[in-house]
Amino acid sequence: MELRIPKTRNNDRLLEIVLYTWAVLVLIVVMYPLFFIVIASFSDPSAVGSGQVWLYPKGFTLDGYKELFKHSNIWLGYRNTIVYTAVGTAIGLAVNLSAAYALSRKDLVGRRFLSLFFIFTMFFNGGLVPTFLTIRDFHLYDTFWVMVLPFSVAVFDIIVARTFFQTGIPPELWEAAQVDGCGNLRFYVQMVLPLSKAIISVLALWFAVGQWNSYFNALIYLHNPDLYPLQLVLREILVTNQMQNALGTGEAAQIALRLANLLRYSVIIVATLPIMCLYPFVQKHFNKGVMIGAVKS
Amino acid sequence: MTNSSSSGNLQRNMARIGRNWGLYLLLLPAVTLLLCFVYKPMYGIIIAFKDFKPALGIMGSPWAGLKYFEKFFNSYQFSITIRNTVYISLYSFATFPIPILFAIGVNQLRANRFKRVFQTVTYMPHFISTIVVVGILMILLSPGNGLIGSLYRLFGAEAPNLLGSAGMFSSLYVWSDVWQHAGWDSIIYIAALSSVDPSLYEAATVDGASRWQKIRFIDIPMLIPTAITLLILRVGGMLGVGFEKAYLLQNNLNISGSEVLSTYVYKIGLLSSQYSFSAAINLFNTLINFVLLIAVNQISRKYSEHSLW
Repeated sequence: MELRIPKTRNNDRLLEIVLYTWAVLVLIVVMYPLFFIVIASFSDPSAVGSGQVWLYPKGFTLDGYKELFKHSNIWLGYRNTIVYTAVGTAIGLAVNLSAAYALSRKDLVGRRFLSLFFIFTMFFNGGLVPTFLTIRDFHLYDTFWVMVLPFSVAVFDIIVARTFFQTGIPPELWEAAQVDGCGNLRFYVQMVLPLSKAIISVLALWFAVGQWNSYFNALIYLHNPDLYPLQLVLREILVTNQMQNALGTGEAAQIALRLANLLRYSVIIVATLPIMCLYPFVQKHFNKGVMIGAVKS
Repeated sequence: MTNSSSSGNLQRNMARIGRNWGLYLLLLPAVTLLLCFVYKPMYGIIIAFKDFKPALGIMGSPWAGLKYFEKFFNSYQFSITIRNTVYISLYSFATFPIPILFAIGVNQLRANRFKRVFQTVTYMPHFISTIVVVGILMILLSPGNGLIGSLYRLFGAEAPNLLGSAGMFSSLYVWSDVWQHAGWDSIIYIAALSSVDPSLYEAATVDGASRWQKIRFIDIPMLIPTAITLLILRVGGMLGVGFEKAYLLQNNLNISGSEVLSTYVYKIGLLSSQYSFSAAINLFNTLINFVLLIAVNQISRKYSEHSLW
């Protein structure tokens, strides 16, 4: 039942060409910087510096990756980040999912006020210095806990999870459980959570990625380098260039400069790899999470 | 009459609270954390109006009135930080339609396999940390041995130092954001488009509508409610140029174009320990954002029936 007139069909063909050209260009713009870092990490730094590396590695070398092993602070940072991510994600899930479930219940007295209590913090806060002073008053400055506990409430995530519970857990279920003498806590743990694997995995991933990538709290609240997460170590290597500043001149300095350059590529790869490996498997869930959030608006 | 019914209400509510004590227990951790680490610091905002000395505490420090606000308004940094913050915010605000166009484009891709690859690839940069993105920018854009240096040398020219230019800072900041987040930000619009009733498109086809006309008259109107909600939220964060990337991209050469309110608050407050001064600048920033959010929400409610509350 094709009723299109030829002119429209030509226009559609043109649209198709423009569309796919655009899509391919976007793919190149997004991928190439990342691809370049990968090939540069396997190349001779002088070939990279003189512009000979464009599409594949030149002067193949693994020196950048060998260099990684000489920097114990990278591995310490790695370990710290893994611990912060694991503990931070566990705390974040526990705190936010339970709050979200309570707020999703229509029979919660004071629901409006409590929702406002949460949402207000999205738009207004004490600011940097008062928050800093508070953390110090609680003796959390420069401790492990400051990285995982004080800022674990994520109101946006609570809203998304609340919407999920409202649409995904039928109120009849709670009524039936109540008749059987089941309390709120048992219902939450034994019924709600097992039915909410989709939202749990979405929030877990949001938390894990956020923890892995964040550096702000570490910059503000940590002083002891032994507690530094990977991102702060990366900052020293990639941004403040502490390696290069320490160098002198001469042949030894040349070699050191070469290695410092290589290290910048390889450290990017090693620090980003875990998330990139995880990402394709969880992308589906991420989409779902945003869709759940979209239902609200 | 009203009295007895309201006391009946109260009783009913008390009974419901008692029955649902478990729910309040579930709320307890989040509420406690917010009280301690978000609401308690709000009380600490008072130091913006005091000469805060850590030894004297918040209560014990002498009042300073609006001294620190005047100090900021009269300072040389005031016009620079405000100008940079507003300029970068407006610039990045102007890129707001990009994810919408992105979603419309993705929605038109017919080859399913290609579409999936396209989405996977364009969402990916969202998961890279700010530090790594800035590191990549520095590697690519360093005029000496970066990619841009090689590119200019191909044509026998000297590469400009984009990283050390005050004028280029805003473009670096905004376009690296677009690179990193445009794909991801489009998801919510793609979700909105996927909820369009297919019979709408079928009817349009029968009426002889071209694909372009379907985009114009079906897709775009579908996206407007979502776009307005996100627009309001965006205006609320108007003067909130993110600290994380601005601070990392800052250097002595570009500082006149890269000092924004958030980085200035950090330097004054934590690096040079002028607590009250920093808190005053911070409060000024927060208040403007808050007022903007409420104003835009009111305007939107009046003219379009879309609002956050």
